[in-house]
Amino acid sequence: MTLTVNDLRVEFDGFVAIDGVSLTLEPGRLHFLIGPNGAGKTTLVDALTGLAKGSGEARYRTRDLLALASHRITRLGVGRTFQTATVFEELSVLQNLDIAAGVHRARWRLMLPRRGAPERVAEVMETVGLTELADRPAGVLSHGQKQWLEIGMLLVQDSSVMLLDEPVAGMSAEEREETGELLRRISPGRTVVVIEHDMDFVRRFADVVTVLHAGKVIAEGTAAEIREDAQVQLVYLGEDA
Amino acid sequence: MSMKKLSPYVGWLLLAVALLVLAPAVLSDFRLGLLAKYCCYAIAAVGIGLAWGRGGMLVLGQGLYFGIGAYAMAMHLKLADAGPGGVPDFMALYGDATVPGWWEPLRSGAFAVVVILVLPALVAGLLGLAVFKRRIKGAYFAILSQALAAAFAILLVGQVKTTGGANGLNNFQGFFGYALFDPANKRMLYFIAAGILLVSILAMAWLYRSRFGELLVAVRDGEERVRFLGTDPANVKLAAYVIAAVLASIGGALFVPIAGIVSPDDVGVVASIGLLAGVALGGRASLLGPAVGALLVGYAETSLSEAFPGSWSYFQGALFVLVILLLPGGLAQLLNARRGNSVSSRFLRGVPRGKQAQAELPRSASEAAPEEAAAR
Repeated sequence: MTLTVNDLRVEFDGFVAIDGVSLTLEPGRLHFLIGPNGAGKTTLVDALTGLAKGSGEARYRTRDLLALASHRITRLGVGRTFQTATVFEELSVLQNLDIAAGVHRARWRLMLPRRGAPERVAEVMETVGLTELADRPAGVLSHGQKQWLEIGMLLVQDSSVMLLDEPVAGMSAEEREETGELLRRISPGRTVVVIEHDMDFVRRFADVVTVLHAGKVIAEGTAAEIREDAQVQLVYLGEDA
Repeated sequence: MSMKKLSPYVGWLLLAVALLVLAPAVLSDFRLGLLAKYCCYAIAAVGIGLAWGRGGMLVLGQGLYFGIGAYAMAMHLKLADAGPGGVPDFMALYGDATVPGWWEPLRSGAFAVVVILVLPALVAGLLGLAVFKRRIKGAYFAILSQALAAAFAILLVGQVKTTGGANGLNNFQGFFGYALFDPANKRMLYFIAAGILLVSILAMAWLYRSRFGELLVAVRDGEERVRFLGTDPANVKLAAYVIAAVLASIGGALFVPIAGIVSPDDVGVVASIGLLAGVALGGRASLLGPAVGALLVGYAETSLSEAFPGSWSYFQGALFVLVILLLPGGLAQLLNARRGNSVSSRFLRGVPRGKQAQAELPRSASEAAPEEAAAR
């Protein structure tokens, strides 16, 4: 399912954070959002997930995401992660994933205890490599593992759009590599959008790159095309370059 | 079931033996009556454990719901004492000796029971909807709930003719056909209170083990995160708040025939904080902590008041300060520390572990948590 963003604007007290962004986010490819600090990358994701008020349109499955509450956007199949991995620290890895899986369960089943790991949850733990840590409280996980857990939470929900806010920031080189591979594995059939700073990582894994600067899209294309783009070079390297 | 899953039930069994076998065997009728009163507080405390300990809602005004149950029961008892078509004694004393229309339905015992169970759920439901959907939380929620308890007490004081005013309602003769001066019936009331307390703890054990219990902890520790997992946290909090309100109301309803009186002092701010003190002492997030804490605080209040008349409010204040400073997880924390941090001890744990971990590992300012982002 394609998510189409049309002329999105987000303003905070007169400061324009997103200034007329139009984007087409298609399934089956790894779409990277890059841009200098303050370009509006996270704000864009916030607006698409009901965390920031925006005007314009974000059309997905006949609905306009900008008009929906956060939890409804999630139920529609649009999930996100946060820059600081925000897992439920006191609950186990298994419990974290099981709570995420709740979107597919009938309400009344909340009253029953969980028995073991539901099939889908077990599968996902395997996919994100956390099976061994199933019963550990999420609070003791490493930074990278928490990000994987967050991605896992989206996988259990079977989100068809995943908006990942800097999932590899602070990860070791190996963890980055593993995360990249993980993203590749999950991207067929889904729309995976990744905010990232690390250009090496972007070059290795991006199918499409959109460059944001001062709330506007200044370029879009493959990583190689983006590298050649004069305007992008100007933004990243300054006037002297 | 594994030993780990059984451990909370072992504690429950010990409490059951203590309340149902030991206490009736060793305590005098007078002391047993006092214990029955503490059981009523403890039932309300079990609900506070759910809302505050597991749900993170600082319910500072549970006296409101305790009072709804207590007054509904007291009104029914007064009407029943007066006999069919009769007028409660105090109304003849302060008023014009007519029963107000809104009292009449409570002549029926069955209707009184319905009011005791349904009215607090309605009030808490409406209030909760208004509050949680607007994302009012933390101190604002606490102040609001306390203000409501205060307003309720003031309202009662003002209505001398229909609620007995500051004197409250007292001098009950019977309880659903049983004479209240009969020691055998008093013992039966004790068993009813202790039994309901034990059943409500079992219900909590089930809730804490259910997916709802896990979700509630998730809401407490990351309300905004839950929203992005497709669940409106307001609904989860609402459910816990309503259950807590109904438990408080049941505690209040039982309190009336046991204590023989209910007055605005039993439902106001001080009473509400009193309910909270036991929960804090016992360990708000643990299964047995709130109930055991409430029983202990009740016992301490009586014995300290006997030894040093008028001193209780100072002790209660000091207790609060000490628990919050030195033992934020309550007595359950001591037990927990002795056992180590095994997964099974989740049942008896006080302070959320995540909070401790956060305190130890300060995050950089650039990593904005969603909670903060939502506030921006």
